[in-house]
Amino acid sequence: MQIFLLILAGIVGGIIGGMGMGGGTLLIPILTIFLDVEQKNAQAINLVAFIPMAIIVTVINIKRKGIDYKSVVLVAAPALVTSVISALLVKKISSKALSIGFAIFLIILGVTMMIDTMRKCIYAYVRKCKENYICND
Amino acid sequence: MSNKENTVQRQQSCDRDFSKMSYKMMQRDKKGLDKLGKKGRIILTVIASLFVGVANGLFGGGGGMLVIPIFTILLGLEEKLAHSSAILTILPLSIVSGIVYIVQGNFTIPDGLWVGGGVIIGGLIGTFVMKKLSNNVLKIVFYTLMIVAGASTLVKNFGV
Repeated sequence: MQIFLLILAGIVGGIIGGMGMGGGTLLIPILTIFLDVEQKNAQAINLVAFIPMAIIVTVINIKRKGIDYKSVVLVAAPALVTSVISALLVKKISSKALSIGFAIFLIILGVTMMIDTMRKCIYAYVRKCKENYICND
Repeated sequence: MSNKENTVQRQQSCDRDFSKMSYKMMQRDKKGLDKLGKKGRIILTVIASLFVGVANGLFGGGGGMLVIPIFTILLGLEEKLAHSSAILTILPLSIVSGIVYIVQGNFTIPDGLWVGGGVIIGGLIGTFVMKKLSNNVLKIVFYTLMIVAGASTLVKNFGV
């Protein structure tokens, strides 16, 4: 049963990630809250599990959507530096502290992005098409 | 014109207005950013990317969500290109930080393998589904879940 749940959690996270919405963002809480995985382990699983998925999906995307390599390098380069440093620091921080930090990060990010998305919807709502308007892009 | 056709027409003109509106907003944002000039935007991108790395290394996730607005707002990429490029951007970060996590003994087997298998399956589903479903309603649902997840995690930690 546990195995099935783990796979399911992965599928859910993978779908969200594959849609480009940030799968790990929900995978980690799913693992820690429902499957009682420790925060550090959940983080490790999320990172490693992403790798094969990203390789496969990228190979597909190169043909279907294309990639802007300049932008990739521009962002990945500095991020790589801070990523390594941050990952090394994890050893010195407790799982509980990371869990709390991540939770706050989730809330701030979720609220910020929601406000931004709603802003676009509200603009449209205020305009003439009030009746029968469904907020979609 | 029947009532239904009327509704559909109104909805279509709504959609056109809405995309015009988003486009106008984007143009306005762009003008604001144009004042920075190319150099300014690149500097901002580099600074923002540092945080992407912190999210990836420290929290093991969430970096991708920061990359998308960097690509669309600062670098002016269009959505699909931004999404596909984002996945490739996070890949090396996850490889490197993943290695660190493994070396420090945080990657549990076989649990990690089961989840990994699921993620591959889900990823394939997601990348083909995205074209049809990615809209504002879905995003709001997702962000709500993020907030709920964060709140639940806090509750769990403080044993309320």
